[in-house]
Amino acid sequence: MAYTPELRKLIKRVEKTRPARVERKKRGEEFPAQSLKEREDILKYHPDFKDEGRSEIRVGPSKGYKISNEIVELLHAKSRVSPDLLDLSNPDYEIDILIIGGGGAGTSAALMARENGAKVIIATKLRHGDANTMMAEGGIQAATKNRKDSPYYHYLDAMGGGHFTNVPELVETLVNDAPLALKWLESLGTMFSKFDDGRLKTMHGGGTSRRRMHYAGDITGAEIMRTIRDEARNHKDDIRVLEFSPAVELIVNEKGHCAGAILYNLETEEYIIVKAKATIIATGGSGRLHMQNFMTTNHYGATADGLIMAYRAGVSLNFLHTVQYHPTGAVFPEQAEGLLITEKFRGAGANIVNIDGEQFVYEREPRDVEASTIIRECKGVGKGVPIPAGKFGVWLDSPMIDILKGKGTIRKEFPGKWILFKRYDIDITKDPMLIYPTLHYQNGGLEINSKCETSLPGLYAGGEVSGGIHGENRLMGNSLLDVTVFGRIAGKAAAGYAKTKFRDGKLTLDHVTKYHKELEKEGVDVGGRVSPMLLPDYSNPEVREKQLTTKYLGTIR
Amino acid sequence: MSNNSDSKKKNKKQSETTLEMVPVFIMGKKYDVPATLTIQKAFEYAGYQLVRGCGCRGGICGACGTVYRFPDSYRIEVGLACQTVVKPNMYISQIPFFPANKAVYDIEELEPTGSTVTALYPEIFKCVGCGTCTRSCPMDIDVMEYISRAIRGDIAGAAELSFDCVMCGLCTARCPSELVQYNIGILTRRLYGRHIAKRAKHLEDAVENVKQKKFDKGIKKLKKMDIDKLKAVYSARETEPQFGPEEWEPENKDYLITE
Ligand SMILES: Cc1cc2nc3c(=O)[nH]c(=O)nc-3n(C[C@H](O)[C@H](O)[C@H](O)COP(=O)(O)OP(=O)(O)OC[C@H]3O[C@@H](n4cnc5c(N)ncnc54)[C@H](O)[C@@H]3O)c2cc1C
Ligand code: SF4
Ligand code: SF4
Ligand code: FES
Repeated sequence: MAYTPELRKLIKRVEKTRPARVERKKRGEEFPAQSLKEREDILKYHPDFKDEGRSEIRVGPSKGYKISNEIVELLHAKSRVSPDLLDLSNPDYEIDILIIGGGGAGTSAALMARENGAKVIIATKLRHGDANTMMAEGGIQAATKNRKDSPYYHYLDAMGGGHFTNVPELVETLVNDAPLALKWLESLGTMFSKFDDGRLKTMHGGGTSRRRMHYAGDITGAEIMRTIRDEARNHKDDIRVLEFSPAVELIVNEKGHCAGAILYNLETEEYIIVKAKATIIATGGSGRLHMQNFMTTNHYGATADGLIMAYRAGVSLNFLHTVQYHPTGAVFPEQAEGLLITEKFRGAGANIVNIDGEQFVYEREPRDVEASTIIRECKGVGKGVPIPAGKFGVWLDSPMIDILKGKGTIRKEFPGKWILFKRYDIDITKDPMLIYPTLHYQNGGLEINSKCETSLPGLYAGGEVSGGIHGENRLMGNSLLDVTVFGRIAGKAAAGYAKTKFRDGKLTLDHVTKYHKELEKEGVDVGGRVSPMLLPDYSNPEVREKQLTTKYLGTIR
Repeated sequence: MSNNSDSKKKNKKQSETTLEMVPVFIMGKKYDVPATLTIQKAFEYAGYQLVRGCGCRGGICGACGTVYRFPDSYRIEVGLACQTVVKPNMYISQIPFFPANKAVYDIEELEPTGSTVTALYPEIFKCVGCGTCTRSCPMDIDVMEYISRAIRGDIAGAAELSFDCVMCGLCTARCPSELVQYNIGILTRRLYGRHIAKRAKHLEDAVENVKQKKFDKGIKKLKKMDIDKLKAVYSARETEPQFGPEEWEPENKDYLITE
């Protein structure tokens, strides 16, 4: 769907201010960045600060913690399985390590666990690699150019981005292990963008003081994901992958050790019992819960399952009071809604402008600041661009990139986005894009230490499902790094645990029974809900009305 | 204002206002769906709960390969369901899975040559150069050309040309010679990344520097700092210019390796 005549008229205003803005860029003049004080004020526009968006968790280890309603609803729900009805005495699989989630963290963990002598099962909800990792475009941070950058500056940037709330030990591990993680990926044959002499190309991202974002074209995550997936498939005797088999509950044995999980075969509707000596949760994020009705960049399976299962088993949650909205998601055309427009567009020189073609924000603020400023421009200042369907957006002036960096730059650096918009009859080398903040990343999650251990012996967590590394706000490029660094650590640590620390015992779901009792005791109305959610429901509500049996059983029984 | 595409509320709103509807045939069965939807959303609008054939919803994971044709046309058309907007009277079927073999190898041991590829995938010689794969690729990749580059031993060329492959398998589903093009593609890319592209020396050095704990003192200091001091250090840090030369160096050389 090409731009409407009304929008075409508005584009004229952007074109009018463009030459002067290009000149300013050329002179190195930027819109002034906000001070720490200004940032504080602007953050009031951030969805996190809306009180009606949050409520208290009433049971479990983080009782009293206020987080998004959508997650709380899933915590205030019953298990999909009835603990009394399930016979756990004959597991379908017995294995050293069960990894729940086949994204970047899970797959890195599997490779490292294998290297450390363990046999692994990866249980994943969709196909292996259908994950947020696949979708990452921008890049991966690491201080690899030590003449101008080092883990010291990487540490500072990550802390500043997270409003100095990050857990220091975790950040230290992240930045110190970063070069090693990159080298590992390079040695597996990941095609990073390089100069002819082998030097890695790097660029800025929001909140970085040095250009340390490494990338593989504009599909960095896909290149990493398909490379490590291919590597996992080269070890199929040691790493077995069960697709379309999400975990629905952890198993804790009578000694209090995590001892595997119950899986659900989405196609045959069977429940499958996997007994494992150590378990790693790597289920990623929760964008598909559509907090506060926001659109999202996340993949179909990002529904917070790992949080729910581990919480029932006693693992605390942290930093979930903040959710990351990516400042620049597509809002037009409708078919592309929610899709991420990577920061690299801004890194490459594109301004963000309002309906009058005026700049109102520095393009490399940390994400929450950038997103809040855009929301204010639309809701507070009233200079958003009205879009069919009653929404607003602002312009991301992509044509500046070709003017600044030479014709053909967009097609070369952003081939994916160029094709995508071309399908909708929009040429982003000539016309700007309409953007608005979109739900992007789960800053917080399960509490872990720098060995990826949770408070439950034998249960490890890594990647987007964990919390603390990024504090209240993650910087771009630090989560591909996080999944690689902590995925690898989790794999290695779990393999060690399986060898020496695991204690066998009778398998139970007593923690679920206990959780159910607590819900009852606290008088929580579960409203017939069961969780984890597994998949979002986007079907037509009118059709849903007529699907009579789903009222009792749900669409995923 | 609710900026949200996928929520149920929105669907409701859509059906209340008058929408331009078009007929589509999902596996032969007719449904009327709004003209603006992608094939993927059309399935959902019709009442399907997708399990297979849906991953990223953003055109990169390759889960949603789809074939379709129009009643009056001899042509089979292809696309990614999450990226293709419905058209009136299209007959649609998703191909969420197509059997494919993958060679198992130790990337470390391989040489980046044509014979490596042909030894692992000998069927590559059966390619008859029909170009069906190229015509079937939703990413507009010249698939036949990357296959022929692989046969010729132009590993770098094959890697570059196949770089945007989302591994959807549509080429494989239609190849008369039964090749698995996308697995050949990733093999060439890994060979290129591992053995042809030069290694990054600065990366090697950075790993070594960390190993020798050269930055530990600095980081320990930051970890101990009270938050106001830390904020001051953060605010005072120099920022590398966005478009400056690669060789840029900051004034303050603390915690860097200068020689
Ligand atoms: C569009 C987009 C762009 C991004 N760009 C960048 C970027 O440029 N740089 C950067 O650093 N980060 C980026 N990120 C963030 C980053 O990609 C993710 O945070 C990170 O990849 C998460 O990895 P993960 O392994 O923890 O989770 P995922 O990669 O999401 O993997 C989780 C896996 O677990 C599976 N799963 C879920 N529930 C269950 C269950 N119950 N049982 C079994 N399996 C389950 C999922 O299906 C999935 O396969 C981006 C994210 C998105 C969405
Ligand atoms: S479809 Fe098969 S036979 Fe035809 S050109 Fe492609 S690879 Fe060769
Ligand atoms: S080359 Fe084949 S597998 Fe890759 S995107 Fe094109 S059609 Fe899909
Ligand atoms: S759902 Fe991933 S490419 Fe369509």
